[in-house]
Amino acid sequence: MPAHDVLIIGAGLAGQRAALAAADAGATVAIMSKVHPVRSHSVAAAGGINAAINPADDWRSHAFDTVKGSDYLGDQDAIEVMTSEAPGEIMYLEHIGVTFHRNETGHLDLRAFGGASMKRTAYVADITGQAILHVLYEQLMKYSDRVDRYEEWFNTSLLRGDNGRCEGVVARNIRTGEMQTFTAKTTILATGGVGQAFKPTTNGLICTGDGMSLAYRSGARLMDMEMIQYHPTTMTANGFLITEGARGEGAHLRNANGERFMVESAPNKMELASRDVVSRAEQKEINEGRGTGPLKDSVLLDVTVVPKNRVLEALREIVNLGRDFAGIDITKEPIPVRPGQHYTMGGVKTDVDGETDIPGLYAAGEVACVSVHGGNRLGANSLLDTLIFGRRSGEHAAKVAASMAMPKVSDAQLRDDAKQIAAIIDRPRTGRRVSEIKEELGESMNKYCAVFRDEEGMTKGAEVVNRLQEEAKTAYIDDKGTVFNQDVLGALELGFMLDCSEAIVKAALERKESRGAHSRTDFTERNDEDWLFHLTVERDGDGAAKLGQAPVTITQWQPMERTY
Amino acid sequence: MSTIENTDATEAKPEGLQEFTLRLRRYDPESGQAPYFEEFQIELEPHRSVLDGILQAKAKEDGSIGVRCSCRAAICGSCGTRINDKPGLACHTHLDEALKRSKDGKITIEPLGNMPVIKDLIVDMDAVHWKKQARVTPWLLPKEPLPEREHIVPRESMVDVTQSMACIQCGACVSDCLSMEIDPLFVGPAALAKAYRFVGDPRDSRHAERLSNLAEDPHGIYACTHCFKCIEACPKGVAPMSQIMRLRRIASQDHHINDRNNGERHEMAIVNSVKKYGTLNEAKMVPDSYGGPLAPAAAKELVASLPVITKALLRRKVTPKTALFHHKNPDQAQIKRIYQEVQGREQRLELNLYITQPDEDPAELAAHEAHVAEAAAHDAAEQAERAATNQTEAGA
Repeated sequence: MPAHDVLIIGAGLAGQRAALAAADAGATVAIMSKVHPVRSHSVAAAGGINAAINPADDWRSHAFDTVKGSDYLGDQDAIEVMTSEAPGEIMYLEHIGVTFHRNETGHLDLRAFGGASMKRTAYVADITGQAILHVLYEQLMKYSDRVDRYEEWFNTSLLRGDNGRCEGVVARNIRTGEMQTFTAKTTILATGGVGQAFKPTTNGLICTGDGMSLAYRSGARLMDMEMIQYHPTTMTANGFLITEGARGEGAHLRNANGERFMVESAPNKMELASRDVVSRAEQKEINEGRGTGPLKDSVLLDVTVVPKNRVLEALREIVNLGRDFAGIDITKEPIPVRPGQHYTMGGVKTDVDGETDIPGLYAAGEVACVSVHGGNRLGANSLLDTLIFGRRSGEHAAKVAASMAMPKVSDAQLRDDAKQIAAIIDRPRTGRRVSEIKEELGESMNKYCAVFRDEEGMTKGAEVVNRLQEEAKTAYIDDKGTVFNQDVLGALELGFMLDCSEAIVKAALERKESRGAHSRTDFTERNDEDWLFHLTVERDGDGAAKLGQAPVTITQWQPMERTY
Repeated sequence: MSTIENTDATEAKPEGLQEFTLRLRRYDPESGQAPYFEEFQIELEPHRSVLDGILQAKAKEDGSIGVRCSCRAAICGSCGTRINDKPGLACHTHLDEALKRSKDGKITIEPLGNMPVIKDLIVDMDAVHWKKQARVTPWLLPKEPLPEREHIVPRESMVDVTQSMACIQCGACVSDCLSMEIDPLFVGPAALAKAYRFVGDPRDSRHAERLSNLAEDPHGIYACTHCFKCIEACPKGVAPMSQIMRLRRIASQDHHINDRNNGERHEMAIVNSVKKYGTLNEAKMVPDSYGGPLAPAAAKELVASLPVITKALLRRKVTPKTALFHHKNPDQAQIKRIYQEVQGREQRLELNLYITQPDEDPAELAAHEAHVAEAAAHDAAEQAERAATNQTEAGA
């Protein structure tokens, strides 16, 4: 049975950064991922990573922008940690080889991004996430003798000892179907978000909320689950992401009348207001009949106003996306876009060292909720979040592991999990297909928990989720094999997504105000008096979702009116 | 207002659905059966991707179809496959385009080549692709001690390596590499593009070692046969072969590495032959590539090449007359001018997508620049107006 000081589940930016930090701290480390690490969804992050590295900038300014962006729901102590450690983290990345673009003097170049009071986004063209992810993987290859890699292994359960600690996991080797118990003194979840519970989404097919659900089932609290980010610029043609970097480089948004409608809701920052603000403005244009396209369901993103050589050098990827996926030369004509599901601000509740409610269990990155994003995440803060809290989790977990003995675990959970998988494979073809249920879930969540929400819609959403949870119990699959049985993993992922969706809908129905990305047409104002706290969701004894509250930490910035 | 308005538009039934036949190569390692083809009918808009088609078949008909995929937007690199005999990403190939390339009206989808198949469209990338990546010491070896802040490097150098950083490790180039088909030990296009990412990176301190290592390896940079297949295959414009050629140029011209494989000499023999005759003098290729007609290595190679030479003579590709008195291109001045221009440059001109723009009509470019300037001026005016309004309001 493999045994490690630190076991990391998920190998995107948070997971890989945690692995390197834990190894540097002297721990024995394993990193496990259901896909090859470079396929992780961090690869899709385009625009860049925020840090106050310009001498004229100050991390406090970055912190304030983040607090304001969060609509005052972010925990300010955590935001201070993230923003003050950001410059050091960028230098670490630069030193291990990330090819950040430079300015004319050869120093790191910075671009403008939404909700930021100055240019503070370091970038690699518009493939920043890919560049960092691949460079971290270069380091992981370099660390081969110190970090064991379990690539294409699927995590089925977390193990909890009699003392309540998390003592490892059970996982399935996707390639062979073999089940294995992994012992670990500490376990770090870095499994990303749950975008696949929505359709369409900018998220990859692998973003199915695995870690959120596994932690929730083991007794940890989820937090801020009602806060779902809709990105303002996803291609209408197919839902793909157009980086905020496009607007950072100067692109405009226009409605069907050719008006730059952002002047209404953000006269100062215009297209570079916070994402929740821009998405609402777009949805308003569309809802009020000023959308473009045959279905009037889009607004136009106009990149033609950005100098062409700059587009080709710094926005190459979206030139390709426009050409290959929408048949549009974005340097010559505007491209139809609309808000699309992009990010889960909520996740497994952690402190600034990544510790969850369960001793020995950590979480970092999109799976976690520290909470640095609160009601709305700023663009280019997600890569930063993954790296800062990935590193801090790795370091903390290694330190804790150094002073404890290896737990002794049994294969009891493994036998349960193997039985459950066998039962799914053996299900008769009497229920619904897993793929059908997933489709209905995605469409329902996107209908009832989107940019604008109300009681009536979300109640319907909750009913759908509850019904699908029942239907999932008898849903059948086709693949009876063991080698790369993606079908059976899809059934398990559906269960993860349904857990997360239940938490999202439940928290969203509960919060009777509008804050950040949670915008209700029946409670249109932010209400600090009654709602300035986090909502948590945990599983009660009967397996039902139970709501709770957690205080918001305020250090130096009292809530104010939020204008851009 | 009801929330349903959020997505009213997406509920409309998509128009223009078209039926396609996918012909998937299936392989189940547990069945004991040989691979076979299976057909699936799918219905989608023609601009949707082949991956969307596969996923529809998987969702509606047969969940056991094995295919790696995640992002659907050509960035995660999971869905490398061969579609109608061409390698690429399934998510990056439109159904209508794929159909156009088909000979029988069906879209044939197979796993990538040059790698063992695990199941259906899933290949063992560890056994080939990732092993080769590990071969090129794929991490930065910076000068010590590290600077306190970032390395100060030329702006252009980081834009330049972006082209090889754009590689998503999908394996499409490896799939159809002809050199690798002949020589499975060939380091290959993807790994060599990765090598350029370090050799082109001014922060790396081991350029010479990396280059001599890859030049001296009989399966290294000189084992590429220049077939362009990888450039054609790459969905991200990395142009692996171009990166290999750049490694060669830097190895020979900047680091003067005379490799034991005679790769550098062979290249120079071609350059000199064209310079002298305007065309390739094939009869002189072997002796010149191996150190001149009197070099022992050349004699050995000549003897070994006898069957090829005989064949060439028999097929009249070379005649004794052309071999001895090679025809000179009449316009020697023109050839001289080309050589002077290329060799006289202070810096080698390297084609790089992130730096070089496609050729464009100058009038169109000027119109675009005017458009950008006009928008900027308009923005500035609006900004000033807003500032003025704000001031008035603040004053009031």
